[in-house]
Amino acid sequence: MSDASLNTSTAQTGEAEFGDFFALLKPRVMSLVVFTALVGLLAAPVGVHPIVGLAAILFIAVGGGASGALNMWWDADIDRVMKRTRGRPIPAGKVTEGEAFAFGMTLSVMSVVMLALASNFVAAGLLAFTIFFYVVIYSMWLKRWTPQNIVIGGAAGAFPPMIGWAVATGGISVESVLMFTLIFMWTPPHFWALCLFMKSDYEEAGVPMLTVTHGRKSTRKHILVYTILLAPLAIGAAFTSIGGPVYLAVALVLNALFLKGAIDIWRRDEVQAEADQYRTEKKVFRLSLYYLFGHFTAILLQATLSGYGLGGWG
Amino acid sequence: MSLSKQHEMHKRRFSRNLGLGIVLAAFVALVFGLTIAKVSNEDFSVPTDEVGS
Repeated sequence: MSDASLNTSTAQTGEAEFGDFFALLKPRVMSLVVFTALVGLLAAPVGVHPIVGLAAILFIAVGGGASGALNMWWDADIDRVMKRTRGRPIPAGKVTEGEAFAFGMTLSVMSVVMLALASNFVAAGLLAFTIFFYVVIYSMWLKRWTPQNIVIGGAAGAFPPMIGWAVATGGISVESVLMFTLIFMWTPPHFWALCLFMKSDYEEAGVPMLTVTHGRKSTRKHILVYTILLAPLAIGAAFTSIGGPVYLAVALVLNALFLKGAIDIWRRDEVQAEADQYRTEKKVFRLSLYYLFGHFTAILLQATLSGYGLGGWG
Repeated sequence: MSLSKQHEMHKRRFSRNLGLGIVLAAFVALVFGLTIAKVSNEDFSVPTDEVGS
């Protein structure tokens, strides 16, 4: 608590720089949103005008960023406590909570309206639901209430490829739901691996993370179970219209590596982990980033190849 | 001392204004591009006044 008051008194100038507002949009998360939405858009069987596609991706990115700003507004109290988030614009005293709220709300409404005008109402509706889900369902409700917060909340990060697909097709299909499921099932092991080595942060903030409520041993087991469930889904997507031989090869390699990592995490205990400063957990967390990037790059490759008549299973 | 404080504040304000200016200009260009893309689409048709005649 004393940390919080110290931090807020340092630089509450009310004169934030442009970069401070940009930081509210969570640029790193936004880059993942842009990439997965772009893959969803390009993997769709229907083409869109490049300008419409560019505008749609931009508005999806802005909508995702706006939900990030609203999340920072709501979570400002716990962001002040956690080491990882102490440098964010609100706890650092660069942007006031009111400014962040106004900024997030304005961009949310603007991005949804502009996406509806640029593409269609299905895509805009999905974007609106994503923002609502991330801010209200995840941030306001689940995050501080249940250790399954990241499991259900992960859905918010899984929507972008579905929105990209809807921009092109105007609807929802098995393939877009599969892309959603891929991110949805990937989020828990990815985030729990991070929780294992960001040790005391969530405990101090009072966020009921699985590591806090069920212990580290159980978290390690959960990571393994989710990775096992994720593998057939990720590999199975190879046999749909977004997959093909290239995707299958990438999925087989990445899932084998991810499964091995999850087994390694499961077999370790805290004594071993502390002895090598969570080397395996950090390795698996990094691998999880390559895992998602690899799968979506493979989907993109398949879509590009099919443009030359080389995609799919012939 | 107050001069340097003023200077810092102006720097922050300038960064914000410049950023906002660039974003607004890009937004105008994007909406213009979107309009061109939409009206040059085959599905787009100019309403005729045949109904009234």
